[in-house]
Amino acid sequence: MASESIALEVHKGPLQVVYEWLGTADHKKIGLMYIVYALLFLVIVGIEAILMRIQLAHAESTFLSPQVFNKLFTLHGTTGVFFVAMPILFGFGNYLVPLMVGARDMAFPRLNAFSFWMTSFGGIFLYASVLGGAGISQIGNAPDFGWFAYAPLTSPAFSPGHAADFWNISILLAGVGSIGAAVNMVATVISMRCPGMTMSRMPLFAWMNLVMGGLILVTISPLTAAQLMLLGDRFLGSHFFDVAAGGAPIMWIHFFWIFGHPEVYVLIIPCFGFVSEIVPVFARKAMFGYPAMVAASVGIGFVSLGVWAHHMFTVGLPSYGNAFFVLTTMLVAVPTGIKIFNWLATLWGGKIRFATPMLFCAGFLFQFLIAGLTGVMLATAPFDWQLSASYFVVAHFHYVIVGGILFTIFAAFYYWYPKMTGRMLSETLGKWHFWVFVIGFHMTFDVMHIPGLTGMPRRVYTYAADRGWQTWNEISSIGAIFQTIGILIFVYNVVASFVAGKVAGDDPWDAWTLEWATTSPPPEYNFASIPAVHSRRPLWDIKHPDDPDWKYE
Amino acid sequence: MSTTSAALPNEGPWAVPSRGKIGMMSLIIAESAIFLIFVAAYIFYIGKSLDGPAPKQILAVPLFATICLLSSSITMHSAIDALRKGSSGVFNLLWILTLALGAIFIGATAREWHHLITVENFTIRTNLFGTTYYSLVGLYASHVIVGLILLTIVAIFGLAGKVRREHSERCEVIAMYWHFVDAVWVVVFTVVYIVGR
Repeated sequence: MASESIALEVHKGPLQVVYEWLGTADHKKIGLMYIVYALLFLVIVGIEAILMRIQLAHAESTFLSPQVFNKLFTLHGTTGVFFVAMPILFGFGNYLVPLMVGARDMAFPRLNAFSFWMTSFGGIFLYASVLGGAGISQIGNAPDFGWFAYAPLTSPAFSPGHAADFWNISILLAGVGSIGAAVNMVATVISMRCPGMTMSRMPLFAWMNLVMGGLILVTISPLTAAQLMLLGDRFLGSHFFDVAAGGAPIMWIHFFWIFGHPEVYVLIIPCFGFVSEIVPVFARKAMFGYPAMVAASVGIGFVSLGVWAHHMFTVGLPSYGNAFFVLTTMLVAVPTGIKIFNWLATLWGGKIRFATPMLFCAGFLFQFLIAGLTGVMLATAPFDWQLSASYFVVAHFHYVIVGGILFTIFAAFYYWYPKMTGRMLSETLGKWHFWVFVIGFHMTFDVMHIPGLTGMPRRVYTYAADRGWQTWNEISSIGAIFQTIGILIFVYNVVASFVAGKVAGDDPWDAWTLEWATTSPPPEYNFASIPAVHSRRPLWDIKHPDDPDWKYE
Repeated sequence: MSTTSAALPNEGPWAVPSRGKIGMMSLIIAESAIFLIFVAAYIFYIGKSLDGPAPKQILAVPLFATICLLSSSITMHSAIDALRKGSSGVFNLLWILTLALGAIFIGATAREWHHLITVENFTIRTNLFGTTYYSLVGLYASHVIVGLILLTIVAIFGLAGKVRREHSERCEVIAMYWHFVDAVWVVVFTVVYIVGR
């Protein structure tokens, strides 16, 4: 039976509540702060996207100046990766992993708080850049050199002023926060598991967070190193990327992509974890091929460290260099494909319930597959020579990030919101959200491949009218309107359900992992007594003592 | 919340690795990655300075400092051994000896830099060698200094008689960091003073 929380009802003044949240080291509160923070920045990222889509809808538009447009796409990419995707995944991970492994908190609660505040300050520092400079209507002093900030464009000679420093320092701080979060997550998954929860009985979401944490340790550090080098070049007169002194900008490119490619796997791997938790519950069938899922994910983590130069096919590496990275990039598709087959095998023969979490997972399966296919296309170097820095690439990575990552984040919201708040999100609004958003997503990003294939470069603030790109851009921009409406429905759902949603109870989905074995929301100490587990589905064992999983595992 | 059926066979005592050690190991992995990038940059830029002094001309091999630093790993190891056996006095002695050896290393590096800057006029902006040398050795020295701070804090507690056998695991976590720092010096020393000269 579920535990009961004995809460003392004490009236707290508003100042007390603020102090409690500011000073908390409780993983659930920190998780929620990460998530709320990320949602606020998601709205900002969306506004930046809408502004750009308005500008691009018509050829030779003068809605935005090129300077403003450059700042918008730089902020959009930088914010999306570092201040939306990373924090929201840290948020879900910090909230759920201790519950899933039967612990009372993360391994290092105060490190958890420190990491959150470092990351959140980084985001605020980045947006402080819009003040000053040319004024906020011209997006101030914001960085304008693209999210990958290539040298020597970021050198003092070509980026005078402090826009580059805002970019550099804000992400350096966020990087420190990320490494702290990763250290914490690895230690939690390995050292905080409850009795009986061997590594092979852990929920797949916990495994994914372990792989993500390990990957962060080796991938954020190269970016930190490169940023320290850039800091040196900009403030101390060092010559890391200074051509006049014999420095090589290609070092920045290598170091950045040694970070940048594994980073996208950092983002997608916890999303795989969401899908692996949700699909079995809504197919009423245990995950197919658990060991293969673990092995594939670890394999993806390792292979992803060796593919970075597929972002550099047009830089001029020797042919054998390019060829090596073509092969490794194609190799990473193999374990990824194994995972997709296993999710499909889980669905096969199951009793599928298309509640909103499952709808978003279905969208993910379809869209992530297509994104993977365009990825394999781009992995072929000569093909990439035509399409590098075109809208084909933009379409590809938005397909993964929005169609893959964001869809699973929505699924995770609909699935775990009841646990975090005690209330269900509205199913009706959820379905409206899904259908409006998926139509908008496909309208924008399916079509976007075409101008890419016909030569439209990325990061251009406008294009000539006779290129034949206008119609496609118009359709993409209309799709953005649908996506906006979908997100507004979502935001309304989140807020309205918080006050008036149906009460959820401990286990509204009839699920099997430990977070559903305590109240919704859980008490501060998570569990009345630390559970002991004997299988991969401890809650199934408790609910079905006559037919427990440990008989079959 | 109750456990499942009582008829489950005993799975043996439940043990998980120490979170301090796993956390420190994770930090070491991250720091190794940062050093790897700076070492890669160092190696890439060997011989590529357009002008200014070359390593052979101005670098003296810091043999004494290196011997001190690497010995400090031995004293550190012995200190932990002593603490595990409960000999707090021996622990304090060896721990402070470790601290002293580390401090000698930093002092020697400071003297070397003082000489390079004031006598040879060699700074981070002199040439590519200057850039990579000061950044790599500087990053390294800052890690030693952090280690010295950790050692000092424990030494203060130790001298106050507060470090006992039950704290040996926590001291081991700090020892892990110190051994990592020593291992990095082996790499940095080899790259800067052997390969790069």
